Amino acid sequence: MKILLLILGMALVTYLPRLLPAIFLDRFQFPAWFQTWLKSIPYAALGALIFPGVLLVDKEQPLIGLLGGAAALGLSLLNLHITLVMAGSICTVLLFQYFFV
Amino acid sequence: MLANDSQLKRGIQAGLPIALGYFPIAIAFGALAGQAQLSWLEAVLMSCLVFAGASQFVGVSLLLAGTGYLQIIAATFFLNMRHLIMSLAVNDQMRGFPPAWKRGLSFFITDETFALLTLGEGENSPPRTAAFIAGLMITAYLGWVSGTLVGGLSAGFIPAQITTGMTVGLYGLFIGLLVPAAKKSRPFAVIAVLSMVINWGLGHWVESGWSVVLATVLAAGVGVLIIGGEE
Repeated sequence: MKILLLILGMALVTYLPRLLPAIFLDRFQFPAWFQTWLKSIPYAALGALIFPGVLLVDKEQPLIGLLGGAAALGLSLLNLHITLVMAGSICTVLLFQYFFV
Repeated sequence: MLANDSQLKRGIQAGLPIALGYFPIAIAFGALAGQAQLSWLEAVLMSCLVFAGASQFVGVSLLLAGTGYLQIIAATFFLNMRHLIMSLAVNDQMRGFPPAWKRGLSFFITDETFALLTLGEGENSPPRTAAFIAGLMITAYLGWVSGTLVGGLSAGFIPAQITTGMTVGLYGLFIGLLVPAAKKSRPFAVIAVLSMVINWGLGHWVESGWSVVLATVLAAGVGVLIIGGEE
């Protein structure tokens, strides 16, 4: 039962940062540079989310994650559908794990 | 403007890759929660109420290590600071929505729903209606919650190697969204690579949750310097 307190606490502190911009963003008039900053956020965030995290897919073998990421890079350069890019990276990793581990 | 029904349907379609990517990872989470003495119901409840993969994995891992509740909640809070920045970008797209909708939909902001909403192209970038965003987010949510249920009930039956191999799927999602978008604009491509370098460098000094936040804020700041304020 005590675990419910932990879950509720985690739920609260996770929702708070998601919620704040929903309350405040409309109330301010932002300068033009802030709009540029906002538009840059997705590129910066995705860059940071991808690297070096992708190397930790298989914590013992960074090369496995690197290969999975490289497969995704190659497939996305071909403008394939996102599901195919995901499937390609998963198959690459499973294949290399099967052969090398 | 399309009718709400078809907007909802398109949102669900856009959310499917995320749900598919979440599913195996949520299975792994459900299994790990079982090891930490959480019942399958408690694991599902956590996925329903928290809906943040990284936080849930860290929370349950700390629980396994015997960490106190307050410390776990504090760790979760800091890990989620990146959602504050992501929520700014998502709410920028929801300007003009009724306040209750914005507050409700913001609950579902994750790395992945944020990435799809901000960088998605083609069929993933129709006009931003509440129906489209809701369809996308609820689909992702159901993928996460249902995966947790399967993992909680089948703890130990699914080989760990398969689920760890599948975690690369979400990196595939990120890369598959970032590359086509960055290909169209050199400044944005520079920002993405710069952010990788900053994050990698900072990773040696600060916790990864913070280095992601700092790299995002700094690299986007450099974006302002490169692009200027007029766009």
